[in-house]
Amino acid sequence: MNGESDQRMAIVEIESLKRSFGSTVAVDALNLSIDAGDVFGLLGPNGAGKTTTIKILTTLLRPTAGQARVAGYDVVRQAGEVRRAIGYVPQLLSADGSLTGYENLLMFTKLYDVPRNDRSPRIAHAVTLMGLGEAAGKLVRTYSGGMIRRLEIAQSMLHRPQVLFLDEPTVGLDPSARRTVWEYVTRLRRTHEMTIFLTTHLMEEAERLCTTIAIMHRGRLVARGTPARLKASLQRQDATLDDVFIHYTDGMEGGSYHDVSRARRTAKRLG
Amino acid sequence: MTSPAPDAPQSGWGRPVGTLRQFVVKTAVMAELEIRKLSHDPTELLLRAVQPALWLLIFGEVFTRVRAIPTGPLPYLDYMAPGILAQSVLFIAIFYGIAIIWERDLGIVQKLLVSPTPRTALVLGKAISAGIRGVSAAIIIYGLAMALGVRVNGQLGAIIALLVSVMLGAACFSTLSLIIACVVKTRERFMGIGQILTMPLFFASSALYPIALMPRWLQIVACVNPLTYEVDALRALMLRGGTSVCGLGTDFTVLLGVTIGLVMIAGRLYPHVVT
Repeated sequence: MNGESDQRMAIVEIESLKRSFGSTVAVDALNLSIDAGDVFGLLGPNGAGKTTTIKILTTLLRPTAGQARVAGYDVVRQAGEVRRAIGYVPQLLSADGSLTGYENLLMFTKLYDVPRNDRSPRIAHAVTLMGLGEAAGKLVRTYSGGMIRRLEIAQSMLHRPQVLFLDEPTVGLDPSARRTVWEYVTRLRRTHEMTIFLTTHLMEEAERLCTTIAIMHRGRLVARGTPARLKASLQRQDATLDDVFIHYTDGMEGGSYHDVSRARRTAKRLG
Repeated sequence: MTSPAPDAPQSGWGRPVGTLRQFVVKTAVMAELEIRKLSHDPTELLLRAVQPALWLLIFGEVFTRVRAIPTGPLPYLDYMAPGILAQSVLFIAIFYGIAIIWERDLGIVQKLLVSPTPRTALVLGKAISAGIRGVSAAIIIYGLAMALGVRVNGQLGAIIALLVSVMLGAACFSTLSLIIACVVKTRERFMGIGQILTMPLFFASSALYPIALMPRWLQIVACVNPLTYEVDALRALMLRGGTSVCGLGTDFTVLLGVTIGLVMIAGRLYPHVVT
């Protein structure tokens, strides 16, 4: 990215954020700030609190305590403004299978109040950018998993959000579909200077896409920096991001029955 | 492409007029979305007509012969036809909540909730789609009733009023269903409760027999059952020389009032379906 100014503003600010479900604390005293223009990757084992954090930032969940601001708006008190400023691709597949790709895009331009005259050019641009072409006229239930993901990314950028949230964007995809999604995300980032906030537990994904990463473990942030700096922090030759991940999460195996069953369900739908 | 385009009519957000406009516009968008979905798979609408057809053909024909139920000057089949229409509206609408749970499991609801769409518009969009299904059921049942010799009222005004009351009834029960889905959250529990509810709603109404035949306590239940008012309006509007027991004004007021109340409750509960 050229021409970025030196004084970048924080576009996501999280202060002592906490969210508990009954007696389990999913996010615990989280502090985090993300600069505008970054591709920020939130890593961590299953059940570390990544999805809960994204749900709070996208106004789907209210925090138990603490606060968070996105694009300058408070996620609880100014939820309406936050919603207009962000795009969101949930971990589950969210495109409507009983509509065509084009209809999925059209309905979202309407829901986001994209001016009538801008709708067609923006849809056409999104279709080209995400490589959907001919498929746009077909029912989404005939799409492959990778195509659905690309359609969803196209859907989420129609209103030109300032921050795009991707919750495990390639979970359940086969390696070649995964690679294509990565290419398209990189392309998106090059053409639209938006901030991207993604969660993943694929180290390769983080390494390819992210300018900054943070590792979450048991609801807390345990490490943060550029991939290179985190690898250097281990003070070991040829340390990989896998090593970094294991180092900071004590090699803990995470994931409740619920997490695993949800991931498998998504994978099955992507088939 | 760097500046975030000011698509949003930010100034209108939060002000009463802007909010009302948002609500109306977004409700129309949600209804359009539902109509587009239906238009890709219209066979579903036809399949829905099978059950009411069986009720009319089997139950209706037998009870017309038995003459067990005093329905005044009306043949029993005539008396029952509007009741069966109300029943199919109820059955279409009462399982609407399961669609929300299904769409929640897919991730569709999450994405709609993250968009700047008023929650009540999301709810009312679903209610309108239930209404459209109800209307298609009404058209089929009309044709069927005519074929069986029921003396239906062909006046245009009565037909329009009938379709409005069908839409209201469908909106009312689909929103009730949505509320249940937001509370119970899982498909299994929803199916259980849906089945428990459908029976008293249907049998504690005047769909199959006059309320006067019921024991006192059941009459009270029937009086607070919105389906009673739905059936009453349909019976007055569908049949030639049909009359209303409660008065059409009361019928429409009750249905509209209950629907508005339920939509407001559902709008508040809707976000909870994803937590």
